[in-house]
Amino acid sequence: MRLAIIATLAAAAVAAGCATTPEEQAPARVEERAAKPAPVETKPIARVDLTSKPAPASPLKDPNNILSRRSIYYDYDKFDIKDEFRPLVEAHAKYLRENPGAKMLIQGNADERGSREYNIGLGQRRSDSVKRALAILGAKDNQIESVSLGEEKPVCTEHAEGCWAKNRRGDMLYSGEY
Amino acid sequence: MQALLTRLRAFLGAVLLLTTPLAGAQLSIEITGAGAPRTPIAVAPFPGEAALGSGITSIVRADLERSGLFRGLEVPPLAPAPTEASTVNYAEWRSRLADALVLGSVAARPDGRYEVRFRLYDVVKQASLGGIAYTLSKEQVRASAHRIADFVYEKLTGEKGVFSTRIAYVVKRGSRFELQIADADGADEEAALVSFEPIISPAWSPDGRKLAYVSFENKKPVVYVHSLVDGKRNVIANFRGSNSAPAWSPDGRRLAVTLSREGGSQIFLLNADGSGLRRLTSSAAIDTEPRFSGDGQWIYFTSDRGGTPQIYRMPAAGGEPQRVTFEGSYNVTPRLSPDGKTLAYITLNEGKFQVALLDLSNRQVQIITDSDRDESPSFAPNGRMILLATVIDGRGVLSAVSSDGRVKQRLSVTAGDVREPAWGPFTE
Repeated sequence: MRLAIIATLAAAAVAAGCATTPEEQAPARVEERAAKPAPVETKPIARVDLTSKPAPASPLKDPNNILSRRSIYYDYDKFDIKDEFRPLVEAHAKYLRENPGAKMLIQGNADERGSREYNIGLGQRRSDSVKRALAILGAKDNQIESVSLGEEKPVCTEHAEGCWAKNRRGDMLYSGEY
Repeated sequence: MQALLTRLRAFLGAVLLLTTPLAGAQLSIEITGAGAPRTPIAVAPFPGEAALGSGITSIVRADLERSGLFRGLEVPPLAPAPTEASTVNYAEWRSRLADALVLGSVAARPDGRYEVRFRLYDVVKQASLGGIAYTLSKEQVRASAHRIADFVYEKLTGEKGVFSTRIAYVVKRGSRFELQIADADGADEEAALVSFEPIISPAWSPDGRKLAYVSFENKKPVVYVHSLVDGKRNVIANFRGSNSAPAWSPDGRRLAVTLSREGGSQIFLLNADGSGLRRLTSSAAIDTEPRFSGDGQWIYFTSDRGGTPQIYRMPAAGGEPQRVTFEGSYNVTPRLSPDGKTLAYITLNEGKFQVALLDLSNRQVQIITDSDRDESPSFAPNGRMILLATVIDGRGVLSAVSSDGRVKQRLSVTAGDVREPAWGPFTE
């Protein structure tokens, strides 16, 4: 391909040179003449344009990929990972295994009832359980930090079970997402 | 004096409702219940006090009334206006139904400052209980008034007053979190820290110059010590995982904290500069909310090692924990009274989170609030009142209740949720 381009450019230069009459000798004109082949160059560049194609999406951001899901929900006063969230944890463990440079922060959360500090403990239990599950599935300890936000960052603020269930949650965040 | 004390403590009064609006205060305080017989006291206007701007005697009177132990009497303009130097006409003050009387005066000094003199009298016994003179600038009017109220309170009740102390609390306004410091009467609120991330668990250093707290500004809980003198903040605990629940040792040299660095939530001890980390608890449970006893010998804490969260204590040097609370399925947030005889904590009582007091000598438990979402009880340094956070009509407010449960006050801000109160220590 590259050879073909060079050949084309050479042919264009020869053609331009041939078009010049012997009387036109001034150096300024030489520059002018050199600029003339420009329209010829655009054609092969247009052919090899790779940038107009969409970049491959990060699996972490692809809404069709399970890795775009990050939240695990818990029952009242519980911290075990329910069966419905197993495939999610397994997918993230696989991603961490295959991307040893990836780092994850797991934020555990609790509903608003009771002591703020004890709720930090409950949230920590939840984030620790996710970290443990990921480690068992092959993620490295130094890839994951588990912390707790207690009841301090609710996603839902009504004082009822419907909301509390949404706030009893562990969120898996990768570097740059928090 | 003894007669007054006896009358003050002798009998129960009816529950009364009165409000004391405070001009210029961001926190407004409402007394919603007053118990014991309130001693009628006359605080006569001090001749010359108009020059100070804010009325010094009205602040003294508001302080005393807020304690729930005094009732301020209206004093009409008198001619000549009596001062601390006047001869007291006890019969006249008796006829106004005053048991106690404060007379004083304010004089301008050549240096531009002022001198306030006052004297306290027991009208029943017809005796002077002493007085003090203060030199002050106009900016010190509130502080001086609180000192006068402290003097009167101590002479008439036998206990130190807390009118000169300060309180810390967190206000959430929209997406902002403000760590506020105010006088015990809610006046002169000043933000020590403003953040877009939560701030919890403020704890005063024993000298009242620093606050330890937990800030989420790094997307996880980190413990800071914040100097109120110069605003300098030091990270004290920022280990891998969560760092929370700071508590000062009584000598101010060490902090107990809860860390998850070794998995779970466990209590550690470190020096006040963050060095010398040492693990104190060793369990598979949540161990958190440490508090030192006043003598520094014990650490009380919350643990769910028995299946439900309960209060335990262990030697401050570490050692086998003993369970302290037994009634109920949820007992958290231990706070010892300054004399070490009573433990305040939050208990789940028939679906309501309320403040309970445990008498450590006879094991009797008394629930002293009737609200249902109480958190973070904090004793006044004289042990008389307990400040707490609760929710009224969906909004976070502070509430204060006397340790006998009889006097109740509510402190609220006009816009925002107030929570995480911490009553500061006595300071000189």
